[in-house]
Amino acid sequence: MSTSSVMRFRQAIVAALADEMRADSSVMLFGEDVAEAEGPFKTSEGLLKEFGPLRVRDTPISEMAFTGAAVGAAIMGMKPVVEIMFMEFLGVALDQLVTEAAKMRYLSNGVISVPMVVRASCGSGLGFGSQHSQTLENWVAATPGLKVVCPSDAQAAYSLMRAAIQDSDPVMVLEPRILYAERGTVDTSHRIEIGKARVLRVGSEVTVVSLGQMVNVSRAAIELAGVDAELIDLATVVPWDRETVLESVKKTGRLIVVEEAPQSGGWGSEIVASVTSNLFGTLKGAPFRITTPDVPVPYSGVLEAKFVPTVEDVARQLKESIASGTTPKSWWELEGLK
Amino acid sequence: MSIQLKRREAVQNDEVARYERMIEIREFEEQINGLFATGAIRGTTHLCLGQEALAVGLAAELRPSDIVMATYRGHGIALALGLSPESVLGEIMGKTIGCCGGVGGSMHLCDMDLGLLPTSAIVGGGIPIAAGAALAFQTQGKDGVAVSVFGDGASNIGAFHEGLNLAAIWNLPVIFICDNNIYGEYSRINTTTPLLDLHERAESYKMPHFAIDGMDVKAVQKGVAEAVNRARSGGGPTLIEAKTYRFAGHSRADQALYRPEGELEMWQKRDPIKVTEEDLLSRGLLTADRIAQIKSDMSTTIEGVVATCQASGEPTLASMFQNIWTPKGAINK
Ligand SMILES: Cc1ncc(C[n+]2csc(CCOP(=O)(O)OP(=O)(O)O)c2C)c(N)n1
Ligand SMILES: [Mg+2]
Repeated sequence: MSTSSVMRFRQAIVAALADEMRADSSVMLFGEDVAEAEGPFKTSEGLLKEFGPLRVRDTPISEMAFTGAAVGAAIMGMKPVVEIMFMEFLGVALDQLVTEAAKMRYLSNGVISVPMVVRASCGSGLGFGSQHSQTLENWVAATPGLKVVCPSDAQAAYSLMRAAIQDSDPVMVLEPRILYAERGTVDTSHRIEIGKARVLRVGSEVTVVSLGQMVNVSRAAIELAGVDAELIDLATVVPWDRETVLESVKKTGRLIVVEEAPQSGGWGSEIVASVTSNLFGTLKGAPFRITTPDVPVPYSGVLEAKFVPTVEDVARQLKESIASGTTPKSWWELEGLK
Repeated sequence: MSIQLKRREAVQNDEVARYERMIEIREFEEQINGLFATGAIRGTTHLCLGQEALAVGLAAELRPSDIVMATYRGHGIALALGLSPESVLGEIMGKTIGCCGGVGGSMHLCDMDLGLLPTSAIVGGGIPIAAGAALAFQTQGKDGVAVSVFGDGASNIGAFHEGLNLAAIWNLPVIFICDNNIYGEYSRINTTTPLLDLHERAESYKMPHFAIDGMDVKAVQKGVAEAVNRARSGGGPTLIEAKTYRFAGHSRADQALYRPEGELEMWQKRDPIKVTEEDLLSRGLLTADRIAQIKSDMSTTIEGVVATCQASGEPTLASMFQNIWTPKGAINK
């Protein structure tokens, strides 16, 4: 049955959780204030009511315990979804996910599956300061055995959540917090496979690869710059869709990655490295990344607005790179800051 | 002596000053929601309305050279320790006048001259760090004391148990203060924690522990003083549970509709400001007229603080790049 409707990003998450819980009685949800209070970001509205306290549970403030409990429950036949309110709080539970969950299949000679989902809100833009605004994909991206996805709109939030729950491996879903209130059309029959990028705009001059809240910024920047760019929402960080990205850059000859993460150590470096290694001779310009500077997320509104790649700055770099064939300077290099 | 150290000295030496500081915290916190409405504050804040006595009683018993590690619910503790209202509100408003120049925000207040480490926004994050500060005091042969203030909810996180255990086996001069306001975010303690008297958790670490009335500044002082004496004299750590109540919601967005009917009103009868007022009145240290005067003066003062912070500048782009690493060529302190 296919139904399309307009809903907020956070409601798309609720809908995906509810549809999976209806379809599969082994799916359960736990985390801090997800049951009675229906989630600090209202991403579990109505779930306790519909599915009851055995399957929808509040936890103490014990991320290590409940993430680890998800690992154990997943091994024994449940499909737990746990909520880490802010991605930073995964820090106190990281072991259970990257060192335990992600190694179970490997260390059991393929016998054990860990079909669990860890959801975490992430990203900047809301004035939460340096300990509540990071994206932190790179905490989890270098862990074979763990899959990492990040939706950029309500449709992706719905479809990727369902795919993550259905997956038999541990999947981390990064939810850009700033998008929770955004509205979009969701077709509940539309599937997005984990590992498959989304080509959101077809173009010929340059390939723009983006993720999470940077997808909207990139789309607006392409409009503003008036360039014929191909816009790819990577959607899955691990395992990322090499084929789609390489095919696109083969066609356009140019790659720009727009990334909400510090310049050093971001997922975009992997994309740029792969494209450069594979297509070096055919490129019209050096692939490059537009990132945040290598600084913690500042609290001040004036600074935070500048910190994250902006529509204007991405548009500038799009135009400049196409016109000159060279790599533009970052805004902080132009300002003489470092 | 700096103005801030004088502010600290006042709460250490004078019980009327302690009362006034509690009024200051109350007036300060009551301004916050209004400033959100005007867009002067972004993100979130965690008010300590109802918990003023804990902040002030603690500051009264510590030296500025002692170390305090507190949390996101830290406006009151910062003010009590002596930070100026301008440096606290300025930080909450992201202005250069703020104690972190506007890059920290409400959840991250700091002043090392007053012994306040940057408050942590990670539940339990400060507990092992306080133990570590105490480790330095112990190793250096100093008589300093480190304090970690955290909530009831934090007693369910690994850092609490590991931090207490380590402090116990190393006999560290640290005081763990569990501010039990009976809620962790929207969850009442009985739904997340199998005991209500959280100080008992120290039993399994063979650590001295007791509860205090967190609504009474004198009771707070007495309990803290006992633990400080133990720590300074080599007697090791203590877990203190302060029984308090959060008069406002968890954070800005929270209306606290989950509270049982009558619970807030019951605790408001023990409003720490009222408790202190009654005590000072009964002992003739204050009169009703004087109290009215203090309150109206304080509200004028805080209005002035708001105006000063509003007039303070926005941080420059360059400040985003500062204080990340030791500047090149600087000698490591
Ligand atoms: C590790 C971690 N998990 C979750 C949170 C989100 N969070 C912030 S405050 C809070 C409640 C803490 O309750 P408590 O320890 O009782 O302190 P209170 O807020 O009542 O002062 C929660 C869950 C966090 N900041 N850090
Ligand atoms: Mg609490």
